[in-house]
Amino acid sequence: MDQFTLNLIVVGITFALYIGIAIWARAGTTAEFYAAGQGVHPVLNGMATGADWMSAASFISMAGIIALAPAGGYEQSAYLMGWTGGYVLLALLLAPYLRKFGKFTVPEFIGDRFYSGGARLLAVICLIVISVTYVIGQMRGVGVTFSRFLEVSTDTGLYIGAAIVFAYAVLGGMKGITYTQVAQYVVLIIAYTIPAIFISLQLTGAFLPQLGLIGTHTASGVEFLTKLDQVVTELGFRAYTSDSPNMLNMFLFTMSLMIGTAGLPHVIIRFFTVPKVSDARTSAGWALVFIALLYTVAPAVGAMARLNLTTTMWPAAEQGNALDGPAITLAEIDSNPELSWIRTWEKTGLLGMSDLNGDGQIQYFAEPPAVTAANKALAAATAALAAAGPDADRAALLAEVAAATAARDAALAEATIGGVSLAERGWVGNEVTRLDNDMMVLANPEIAALPGWVIALVAAGAVAAALSTAAGLLLAISSAISHDLIKGSINPNISEKGELLAARIAMTFAILVATYLGLNPPGFAAQVVALAFGLAAATIFPALMMGIFSKRINKEGAIAGMLVGLIFTGVYIFLYKGWFFIPGTNMLADIPANYLFGISPLSIGSVGAVLNFAAAFLVSGMTREPPHEVQELVESIRVPRGAGSATGH
Amino acid sequence: MADKSSANAYWAANLRTIGISLVVWFLCSFGLGIILRPALRGIHVGGADLGFWFAQNGSIYVFIVLIFVYAWRMNRLDLEHGVEE
Repeated sequence: MDQFTLNLIVVGITFALYIGIAIWARAGTTAEFYAAGQGVHPVLNGMATGADWMSAASFISMAGIIALAPAGGYEQSAYLMGWTGGYVLLALLLAPYLRKFGKFTVPEFIGDRFYSGGARLLAVICLIVISVTYVIGQMRGVGVTFSRFLEVSTDTGLYIGAAIVFAYAVLGGMKGITYTQVAQYVVLIIAYTIPAIFISLQLTGAFLPQLGLIGTHTASGVEFLTKLDQVVTELGFRAYTSDSPNMLNMFLFTMSLMIGTAGLPHVIIRFFTVPKVSDARTSAGWALVFIALLYTVAPAVGAMARLNLTTTMWPAAEQGNALDGPAITLAEIDSNPELSWIRTWEKTGLLGMSDLNGDGQIQYFAEPPAVTAANKALAAATAALAAAGPDADRAALLAEVAAATAARDAALAEATIGGVSLAERGWVGNEVTRLDNDMMVLANPEIAALPGWVIALVAAGAVAAALSTAAGLLLAISSAISHDLIKGSINPNISEKGELLAARIAMTFAILVATYLGLNPPGFAAQVVALAFGLAAATIFPALMMGIFSKRINKEGAIAGMLVGLIFTGVYIFLYKGWFFIPGTNMLADIPANYLFGISPLSIGSVGAVLNFAAAFLVSGMTREPPHEVQELVESIRVPRGAGSATGH
Repeated sequence: MADKSSANAYWAANLRTIGISLVVWFLCSFGLGIILRPALRGIHVGGADLGFWFAQNGSIYVFIVLIFVYAWRMNRLDLEHGVEE
């Protein structure tokens, strides 16, 4: 059986499982849907939260970013710490109090605590901006996954994926969602860890990838991380374990992801509906246990994938130095069935190889920037010559090509890899011309030549991760629009039916926007998602925290804080990523040299959060304190006693 | 709810617990994992150093323990101050 059929069968079986569970555990009423967490064991609830939380960004994107980061894998630990450490903040600072408050949505809390329809409306706007940004990241992940396992281009994969998300969330997503998510968690964690265990055993002999990462590389007898650093630095890349080039940025990025986690509406919502306040505390712990199963494996997956990829391209690196032997040959790629993944991945457009110097081999190395620039100039000059009309000054164009060729040759003579110049080696550039972060996890079992069913399982896991989160987010968006926006402010008398219709229209619209923007995403899946976290960090988290821990913050302060956080963070991101993420509308190039104090748009949420707190305290200090009954409300959410079950409006 | 002073004592004890927990939270991630990494480079952990390990694995283990310890401690505080559900 070929891989394609196997993928379809395994993904098909998991789909049948989800649909079966959805039918079996169908919620009869909307209340049952909202209170899905009640009556569900905290451990199962933790699993469901894990599936809801771990999206395409965690599953397919994160380990790839860690593996291929130009500055080294260590700096990307921000994702690992940030996306887990946020649960500590949730458990300590938000979850128990929001559970005691006992309503269903984040804007409801903000509206009541700050006694203002305006604050509630602003919270809805923040929630929509955050969730839509997050869904764009998911769509990118969905596109990558479907393109690979259906063997089509990423764009086609995105359309197919969007259609499935649409059917899944709009038509049937509201029923039995918790148990379906439990099943999705099981599928995704098995799919993630099994290949990791296989690869860890192959490379280090350690069963647990967490131990393999700090274990010994069997083939060479050197410690695994030492081996990896040695192989990649030999080829001119930065070491995997090297320090972050910008510690401030790494610090702020980690902080932004942590407080963003604690401010994500679709995560917070899960703690509103657990049976008791004390359950809200432990639920966060259980959720983190299940999330940690993936997150502690992720760096091992990334690091091991990087080593496997490099030794595939440079077979001599397995035992000794990469450059002791020749690079992989084109003949080998086309004849060895274990390398067929190279050609299949090229079809998706996420991997590109090109024998630039025509020696029949593919040399993979870190191309020095000077060589890249010289190659680009040469290509431009050659293109200008080719495009020249009959009456153009050919002599001048030929001279330009000659000059560019000379400059390129000089650059090649100057640049060295392993102490020998590129000119001497006969190399003209890195022949792995495209290597997308987002393909690493999916390609990982193929690179390691694992059995076909493992590869199919990974495809199923990636689909589960993307679908469960996309559905959760779309539900959060639609409930914000129908429940908080339309029923809460515009038309309180709307019928149940009308509310449901509005929810579906909102969801459809959100999918269309996300699909359009997902075609030209402002970054890799995990990076797009990180932008959503920055926005959550700068808006929702500070408002919730101040609402609980301060009795003095009033309506004016909270609104000012959220506005400052949203506008500052949003504008900073849009300056570099394009207005509302529309490609080509960015006003500054998205490169570190342009960043304010080197702070990237991914990290700016921390600064936005600080400004939010500052604005809120300042404005509250200048305006009247909140009314007595609001201060009583704050008193009452601080003690667990008297928490009834959650109620709607 | 119990009387005002007891509620205040409960809240003060809660804030103390949160404060201590947040110090641990900060130390194991931002501290050991980022800021102190250069200073602790001498301590080796399997092919890398202690700071690297905390950044990629160690901090996550600490987070889990931290949440459960906090939950256990708070449940006891709830009982002590008579504010449990």
